[in-house]
Amino acid sequence: MITLIIDGKYVEVPEGATVLEAAREADIYIPTLCDDPRLEPFGACRLCLVQIKGMPRPVTACTTPAREGMEVTTTNDEIERIRRTIVELLLSDHPNDCMVCEKAGDCTLQELAYFYGLRENRFWGERRQYSKKDNNPFIERDMEKCVLCGKCVRVCEEVQGVSAIDFAYRGFRTIVAPAFEKDLNCEFCGQCVSVCPTGALVGKLSLGKGRQKDIKRVDTICPYCGCGCNITLHVSRNEIIRVTSSPDTLNEGWLCVKGRFGFKFVNHPDRLKRPLIRKNGRFEEVCWDEALDYVAERLKEIKERYGPDAIAGLSSARCTNEENYLFQKFMRAAVGTNNVDHCARY
Amino acid sequence: MTNSIQEIEDNDLIFVIGSNTKENHPIVALRMIKAVRRGARLIVADPRRVPLVRFAHLWLQHRPGTDVALLNSMMHVILKEELYDKEFIVMMTEGFNEEFRTNLEEYPPEVGEKITGVPKEKIVQAARMYATAEKAGIYYTMGITQHSHGSDNVFSIANLALMTGNLGKASAGVNPLRGQNNVQGSTDMGCSPNMYPGYQRVDIPAVREKFERLWGVRLSDRIGLTASEMTFEAEAGRLKAMYIMGENPVLSDPDVGHTVKALKALDFLVVQDIFMTETAELADVVLPGACFAEKDGTFTNTERRVQRVRRAVSPPGEAREDSWIIAELSKRMGYEMTYNTIEEVFQEIGMAWPAMAGMTYSRLERGGLQWPCPTTDHPGTRYLFKGGFPRGKARFTVVKYRPPAEEPDEEYPFVLTTGRMLFQYHTGTMTRRVPPIEVVAGEPYVEIHPDDALALGIKEGQKVKVVSRRGEVVVRARVTSRPDRGVVFIPFHYREAAANVLTSSLNLDPLCKIPELKVASVRLEPIE
Repeated sequence: MITLIIDGKYVEVPEGATVLEAAREADIYIPTLCDDPRLEPFGACRLCLVQIKGMPRPVTACTTPAREGMEVTTTNDEIERIRRTIVELLLSDHPNDCMVCEKAGDCTLQELAYFYGLRENRFWGERRQYSKKDNNPFIERDMEKCVLCGKCVRVCEEVQGVSAIDFAYRGFRTIVAPAFEKDLNCEFCGQCVSVCPTGALVGKLSLGKGRQKDIKRVDTICPYCGCGCNITLHVSRNEIIRVTSSPDTLNEGWLCVKGRFGFKFVNHPDRLKRPLIRKNGRFEEVCWDEALDYVAERLKEIKERYGPDAIAGLSSARCTNEENYLFQKFMRAAVGTNNVDHCARY
Repeated sequence: MTNSIQEIEDNDLIFVIGSNTKENHPIVALRMIKAVRRGARLIVADPRRVPLVRFAHLWLQHRPGTDVALLNSMMHVILKEELYDKEFIVMMTEGFNEEFRTNLEEYPPEVGEKITGVPKEKIVQAARMYATAEKAGIYYTMGITQHSHGSDNVFSIANLALMTGNLGKASAGVNPLRGQNNVQGSTDMGCSPNMYPGYQRVDIPAVREKFERLWGVRLSDRIGLTASEMTFEAEAGRLKAMYIMGENPVLSDPDVGHTVKALKALDFLVVQDIFMTETAELADVVLPGACFAEKDGTFTNTERRVQRVRRAVSPPGEAREDSWIIAELSKRMGYEMTYNTIEEVFQEIGMAWPAMAGMTYSRLERGGLQWPCPTTDHPGTRYLFKGGFPRGKARFTVVKYRPPAEEPDEEYPFVLTTGRMLFQYHTGTMTRRVPPIEVVAGEPYVEIHPDDALALGIKEGQKVKVVSRRGEVVVRARVTSRPDRGVVFIPFHYREAAANVLTSSLNLDPLCKIPELKVASVRLEPIE
């Protein structure tokens, strides 16, 4: 363990920790756009600049390893002036259309502008124009809102191992793009969407469905494979409009295409809405009492005539533990047979 | 899993066999990639060049159904080169005897190569890599189990882990990855014909009496039918009625024709689901259930972690939670199920099975708990068999290689293997109703090696008739070197070209009755 001093506070961190990690450990806020604890340090946004005693110029906290006895200043007039200027420069090449932006309320750039009270901008000039629409069905990519933090590029390479996107061109013309600027064609895990600090990357399914206000967030578990990923359903007007996942979960906030974008079946018009009984070869809608009475009556009849082992039940790996418990209890205690199984073999 | 997902990061060696992890357990695969980035070695054994192969140090492309030969051959090398863990074997196991060792004698790498098609050098290399690693984890899925000798495959995996002492410690173990959100939970909860909740056998009188007291009713001592046996009994007319909740056996079970015939032969079929599935279409009564987002409860994931499921939206129309439907039916059958809240059911599970007795909803609030968790102050169990095995010593099993039940011949020269792909899920009931998924993966296909395609005159995207002894489907060809020559792959998600029209329901594993969905013989005919 090493000890350093940040803003006059003694902080103890393990060897190899960065100054940024040490500051977070001590609950000291340093603004960042390009940092994600789950990714390698990158040093692109320059917002985490701090002053370290003995160093001639401010350095990025995210890429500077903490050293024994280091004295760090995370905020003073000079540092805040630099940070403010960085944000101003970013905003000078940004559409600033927060009133129609999907990300409003959950946007780091917007937060920073608010924090620094940036209404006017000292800088003006040419702005990047990028009119190309990406026709992939999952992810809306608006390169005019991109701040080139590189999180999407890095998550795609470091975490997902796909490298579907990278930086293209140089300087002012730099954008993040799939190879040859074609439409995105990847695993569509949406990891890039989840780490994007601005509105440059958003899920197409959520567009126009509602912003942060009035959204109910419910933590639950993904209904697909057995990984058991923790997901948060964003609900607006009894409809799931978006799925996210928190980084402090067993899946570290990462999801796959099904977990992140595969929720549209929930309110699909094909959903069964009323009990059905086959009458003269055709299904007819009936009320619950009629359906349940009929099922119980037929099962009792078959049980009396052929014995309980003439009845079998298949339970569901999609249903909850509680429902599976009740299902086998029903087959064993109410019907009287051990003929109960589920799809573990398929 | 005997280990936890998080422990994968600390594996020194990861041995993935019969699992397309990157597509079918994407988040587990991310941990594997993370481990590889940290320096772990990765061996992938799969008949297809699955996406995880990109990250592997060694890929063993064995022929479908030859896993036992591959594993025995690896163990042969480990035995010959004395790379096994002598201390672990003496202290923790039994059955590492003359018979076991003599059996391995029959599988030198040359024989292994002949049966599996994997070059003998690679078999030797894999054996050394696995046996010399400090913490080696094996990960497998249906590529191991869905065979007429699936149990043998699993025994072989257990032998390999036991021989090298890779069990009962952190980041080293035997890890089946479960394919469905709560398939672990369904098994835990006793949805099995021979077991009550918590793997307690129905044919042991003391166990039965315990459940008779808990449920206040006399219970049957006869072991019930497995899902595959139900189909045969229904077809034979001995099974008269079925109640199917949230399953779609018509598409997921082998030999669709056989399944449909069996379900039609029933006097009475009740299906409870969220959509009109292929199975529900055959029902006498269809009951509308609620989906995951519309109810409270728990799911248990592949690492035995019980986690809270929470209601976010209300079910459509008059659809009701499945628990309500079951309880209402039970009452009408003369057996009252009275619970005020769903948590009361959870509490009863704890009474039935000590391994979950220490869990409450409030303890599950954040992050869940891994069973066994016997008391309310128990932190849950990250990995199993720490310090010993429930049966005392773990046992080696002598396993001989048996070829798949159906092998290619002149009439059906290709091996068909089936499985899932990244975008779709199982029988597609859910994912096929997600429009963007249908845009990128809306059509069924057959993967065929370029050499085979050339020989048959099949071009990329061309329609092909795939014929087996059970039936035929028409799909587009995807010409790719993903499968080896002589092997073709069809995903089973698509009702319009259901892969399970082609598979066989007759070739069951004798022990656990799993069907051989991973190997069937087919021929391909290009359609002009």
